Amino acid sequence: MLTGDRPKYFGLVLAIAFSTFLMSHQMSIFVGLLERTRSQIRDVQDASIWIMDPKTQYVDEVRALSLQDLYFVRGVEGVQWAVPLLKGIARAKAADGTFRNSILMGVDDATLTGLPQKFLAGDWQSLRNPKTVAIDRVGYEYFFGAPPYQLGQELEMGSQVVRVGAVVDASPPFVNLPVVYAKFTEAINMVGREPRQLSFVLAKAQPGVTEEELCQRIQASTGLKALTSKTFGWDTIWYYIKNTGIPINFGITISIALMVGALVSGQTFSLFILENMKYFGALKAIGVTSLRIVGMIIMQALIVLAIGYSIGIFLTALFFQLTQDNLDLRGFRLLPEIMLLTGGLIFVVVLMATILSVRRVVVVDPAVVFRG
Amino acid sequence: MKEKRIASGNGGAAVICRGVEKAFGTGNARLQVLRGVNLEARYGELTFLLGPSGSGKTTLLSIIAGLLKHDAGSVEVLGRNLSELHNGEAALFRLKNVGFVFQQFNLIPALTAAENAAVPLLAAGWKRKDATAQAKELLTDLGMAHRADVLPNKLSGGEQQRVAFARALIQSPKLVICDEPTSALDGPTGRHVMELLRKVALSPDRAVLVVTHDFRILEFADRIAEISDGVIVKVSEGKEFQEHVR
Repeated sequence: MLTGDRPKYFGLVLAIAFSTFLMSHQMSIFVGLLERTRSQIRDVQDASIWIMDPKTQYVDEVRALSLQDLYFVRGVEGVQWAVPLLKGIARAKAADGTFRNSILMGVDDATLTGLPQKFLAGDWQSLRNPKTVAIDRVGYEYFFGAPPYQLGQELEMGSQVVRVGAVVDASPPFVNLPVVYAKFTEAINMVGREPRQLSFVLAKAQPGVTEEELCQRIQASTGLKALTSKTFGWDTIWYYIKNTGIPINFGITISIALMVGALVSGQTFSLFILENMKYFGALKAIGVTSLRIVGMIIMQALIVLAIGYSIGIFLTALFFQLTQDNLDLRGFRLLPEIMLLTGGLIFVVVLMATILSVRRVVVVDPAVVFRG
Repeated sequence: MKEKRIASGNGGAAVICRGVEKAFGTGNARLQVLRGVNLEARYGELTFLLGPSGSGKTTLLSIIAGLLKHDAGSVEVLGRNLSELHNGEAALFRLKNVGFVFQQFNLIPALTAAENAAVPLLAAGWKRKDATAQAKELLTDLGMAHRADVLPNKLSGGEQQRVAFARALIQSPKLVICDEPTSALDGPTGRHVMELLRKVALSPDRAVLVVTHDFRILEFADRIAEISDGVIVKVSEGKEFQEHVR
């Protein structure tokens, strides 16, 4: 019946598709933004424990530690190794005068722990050379233009002139600034007026010692805060959720998408039921049970839902596919969890709209068909 | 036409109404619609229920169809006392034993003619393929074989009525109830439809009850019951009624 009424049928499909697209798209952007807040934590894959000032709340707000703290950590039983990590902001300037604040990561000179794993040009060995840095794709393209990458280009970092020895595929940060990786001992001279000390100590547990257990030991021994990468990442995400308007803004958009879906599908279904009441009455008069008619309507609703949802999800996937090479939209993608959540929400909305509408069918007096 | 009439079967009554009363509303708003209706519709006969608007014929039809409960009296349809059937039983009873032809046809727009005719079979649990094949056979008998796969909005009024007949007859019901079957049709088409109804619907083991106020089709009636103000005021043979009108 519904498929026979083309305007309503297409209206419903489009409403559900639009609602699905808006919800899944906004949820993906929201999750992608939150993922970005912990990008520097995620890129450190060699170490699993982060040690920091006890009052540190998230990765972007740090109070410097001393080298003594590093030695204390190394002395804790169960620590296989511990290295310093500096995270700061440094002004980078290219030879042509182009400059931009950049996220500077100072990694351990000896082990280079903290470097991203994927290199787009050059390799990690290049950082062994003096005054050589690795820069991420955003930074390279900002200062030197689009690929192909030419290594050996010069940058002024603080008061130092350094060479680009590698281009890395770093995870996109929350603020889309270039990310520059340098050796720790060189990085501390690039950070301007910031305290030239380490920001974090990165550590790894000895075999047989769990990360959680080691964190407790480090906290007890040094008085510093020690968190696993996973916990620190989630603490950072929660900081942004609690202290920014991001969740509210995205929540509003997602709620509007839900409401649009509910109102349009509810209204259209309601009209569909009303306009077809004489047919439902006729079916009931013939002897078709209300249960069967309701089942028939719900089946039609589910078909419309499946088509609309598929179109909406396809549009979202297409959006992220087409924008995957856009530097500003890196890292945003449609996750299976978001597909499921959107599907669940839109299913509930359409089912509620249908159930509210089919109530009329259940209560309609079949004798209505004899009343003209 | 009259000569070809099927005889009145075994003379038994498919529908027997005795002292049927029905009122709507309460208190000052109470409206007594039926005031002790007595009516019989016999097997093998085309019984017309004739009356002006507001006379109670639609209410009586709804009660006979088991769609509405009466307040007093008794209604026996095909040997069953309708007041003993609860809603679910009444629905099943209608599905198996009663065929309906509605005033506005009420064919489902998204279904083809054959699918519309097959609806009662589908509701009774038949497989779609078998039900549609059965419907096509019946539509062929009704001269609609070439229109079986057409949607209702592409059919003329007479063709839609034939599909409605097919839907009413597909379960071989013992009782066929027609509500104003010609009111939406022009004169010649209405006549043709009634000829067809007599031809395909009437049989010794089936009764046809037609509610109408269309005087053009009264020649097709075997028996005419006139209802006025909630009471059957006169029952006459079709021939007798026409002579009286002349």
